[in-house]
Amino acid sequence: MKHTLSVLVENRPGVLARIAGLFSRRGYNIDSLAVGRSENPALARMTIVVEGDDRVIQQVNNQLDKLIEVVQVRDITGEPVVERELVLVKVKADPATRGEIIQIVDIFRAHIVDMGRNSLVIECTGGEEKINAFQDALEPFGIREVVRTGRVAMVRGARDTDEEEEHG
Amino acid sequence: MTLAARNLPLTEEQPSFQASGAEIVIRALEEEGVDTVFGYPGGAVLPLYDALYFSKVRHILVRHEQGAAHAADGYARATGKVGVCFATSGPGATNLVTGLANAYMDSIPLVAFTGQVSLELLGRDSFQEADTTGITMPITKHNFLVKRPEDLAVTVHKAFYLARTGRPGPVLIDLPKDVTARVITYSNSCREVDIPGYHPRVTPEAGAVARVVEALSRARRPVIYAGGGVLSAEATAELLVLVERTGVPVVTSLMGKGVIPEDHPLALGMLGMHGTAYANLAVSECDLLLALGTRFSDRSTGRFETFAPHAKVVHVDIDAAEIGKNVRVDIGVVGDLKSVLEALLSDLEKAPEVQAWQRQIAHWREAYPLRYECPEGVIKPQFVVEQICELTRGEAVITTDVGQNQMWAAQYYRCRRPRSFLSSGGLGTMGFGLPAAIGAQIGRPGETVIDIAGDGSLQMTVQELATVAQYQLPIKICLLNNGYLGMVRQWQELFYEHRYSQVDISQGGPDYVKLAEAYGITARRVTRPEEVRPALEAALSEPKPYLLDFVVDREENVFPMVPPGGSLDQMLGGKSVEAHAKRTG
Ligand SMILES: Cc1ncc(C[n+]2csc(CCOP(=O)(O)OP(=O)(O)O)c2C)c(N)n1
Repeated sequence: MKHTLSVLVENRPGVLARIAGLFSRRGYNIDSLAVGRSENPALARMTIVVEGDDRVIQQVNNQLDKLIEVVQVRDITGEPVVERELVLVKVKADPATRGEIIQIVDIFRAHIVDMGRNSLVIECTGGEEKINAFQDALEPFGIREVVRTGRVAMVRGARDTDEEEEHG
Repeated sequence: MTLAARNLPLTEEQPSFQASGAEIVIRALEEEGVDTVFGYPGGAVLPLYDALYFSKVRHILVRHEQGAAHAADGYARATGKVGVCFATSGPGATNLVTGLANAYMDSIPLVAFTGQVSLELLGRDSFQEADTTGITMPITKHNFLVKRPEDLAVTVHKAFYLARTGRPGPVLIDLPKDVTARVITYSNSCREVDIPGYHPRVTPEAGAVARVVEALSRARRPVIYAGGGVLSAEATAELLVLVERTGVPVVTSLMGKGVIPEDHPLALGMLGMHGTAYANLAVSECDLLLALGTRFSDRSTGRFETFAPHAKVVHVDIDAAEIGKNVRVDIGVVGDLKSVLEALLSDLEKAPEVQAWQRQIAHWREAYPLRYECPEGVIKPQFVVEQICELTRGEAVITTDVGQNQMWAAQYYRCRRPRSFLSSGGLGTMGFGLPAAIGAQIGRPGETVIDIAGDGSLQMTVQELATVAQYQLPIKICLLNNGYLGMVRQWQELFYEHRYSQVDISQGGPDYVKLAEAYGITARRVTRPEEVRPALEAALSEPKPYLLDFVVDREENVFPMVPPGGSLDQMLGGKSVEAHAKRTG
């Protein structure tokens, strides 16, 4: 099963290498990894999507937590979260197909962000399924290039992503 | 360069002084209480060696950087202090790698300093440049590349803190040459370290300890399985109280040798691939396994799926990531072993009923003892180890190499004190014994240090004989010379139909007696069983280095043996054990 981990790390060179190294060394499967600075410039937040059974996920959690620069690891799978991914798609488009593509863009509430003579660059955000569906819908026109950011996720409501749930 | 500031105390009138980065490093080492470092110089660490020239810190010049890391490791294992080693950039740093990996696998606290090319040369494939932090990332607990001299002192203190707290391990600091050469105004070495992501859990969760107490008092066939974590937590006294109050027998991992005096009636010795039959049978039949500070190495457990099949498994460890990593665990307790054992002892009211279980184990102990044949005229390696044990009453500090010599030492040397059996457990590094003995002898100068060596292994770090000679370390090297890469030969005999591929090292020498003598070390060859004891007595009575070349039975094997991937109750070797396996298996 896929798990989403929200990982708060020190914002320093080498940290990403350490995390990526951990995954490859111990044979865990990273599905996606998105990093950026957090609200605190000294810390970065990573959203890591990882595939594995409970034992593997527990190990991933513990091993990540053990890294000195990792401040906190939370498995937010199954919690009420907002999840988004951004994709840029370059799709073939000529005057004949352009209208149809624009319709699809509207349906998915995506945006055209660049227009060439024979192609369009479209940006779309959403959950994984929506992005997949969007890509499928464009497939017949001829996709030339896809760039996806990987998933970012945030716990809904007043509680912060890094706050533990209240226990009893 | 002005070096006048050296050794100046920081006072209120003189709150700061000018110092080079290297001087700051050495000063921080002194503040950490470091008395000895092991190292080998080179261009990129010249500033450090120059600062060392005036320092009280003693430097032991080894002959290869691997030796420096193993010596620092042996020093740490023998003393419980943090071991320190120095190496230059590039090849110096890469030569440390094996030693760092060795310390990492066995959770030994080390701080390694490596030189690095100057900042402006970094990343340009400069002369003697290697990506040392990148290379050592997976084999250190943590590492640092220091880019500003202002950060040096605090980094050193952080490194020592990380190395010795929580689950101990090696930490590396990579020092660009210009960072150590630069002179700055140094005010105060801030010793308060704050590492936001690092909070080793010391006190255990109360509920977890209560569950352990409950499980223990109900058990009928409990076994304690103790590892090196008991030694690093300095919790051997608490363990002994627990054992004596409850009557629960103890098996140990290789790293756990010495957690309990091995002549104690409840000590069953080592479990695992070359464990005693009674330790392996006890684990296979127990109903509660209390694992303390051990990581369930595959060499200890055999096949994970069939390990302790009838037992409720309790695992106590300082490292949360160890719980459930290799085997299923019913009760996991994260915490410092000393605190956990104290909590356990204060909560424990009812000792388990173990009389019948103890009788069962006594029966196994009698029926399947460790033993070997003793034909006339040949020296059995086990006999040599037994003699060493008898003569030292199990109170020497032993180091071993890797292979059969290591397993015979583990089986037949019954050690009576903690931190006195130093062996490369996790990595299985041939060549560990001699440099580790150097570190141990320097850390415990008044004591008898004996290196039980293999002829293949000794050649991997043989140049350290020079270090032994230079510092006149009274180490006794007992070479179990079988002319083979013995353990590999044993596997080829048992699992590859006697095809001895590339394991005969009897040709090509060297003559170890002459070799030792070439270094100025007294040596003697021993070829007959009746000479073994007198030779050992002679070596032990002289306060100087000594090498004994024991020419032992070439094709002797280590038994019992759980074949790789097998279950602990299916052991080869010794008819009776095999018969037991057939009956029950
Ligand atoms: C650096 C290294 N290389 C290879 C091995 C694989 N290996 C394990 S035991 C062994 C043989 C050791 O021979 P020796 O030191 O003579 O000891 P013996 O088994 O004969 O006692 C070898 C080659 C190892 N453990 N370490």
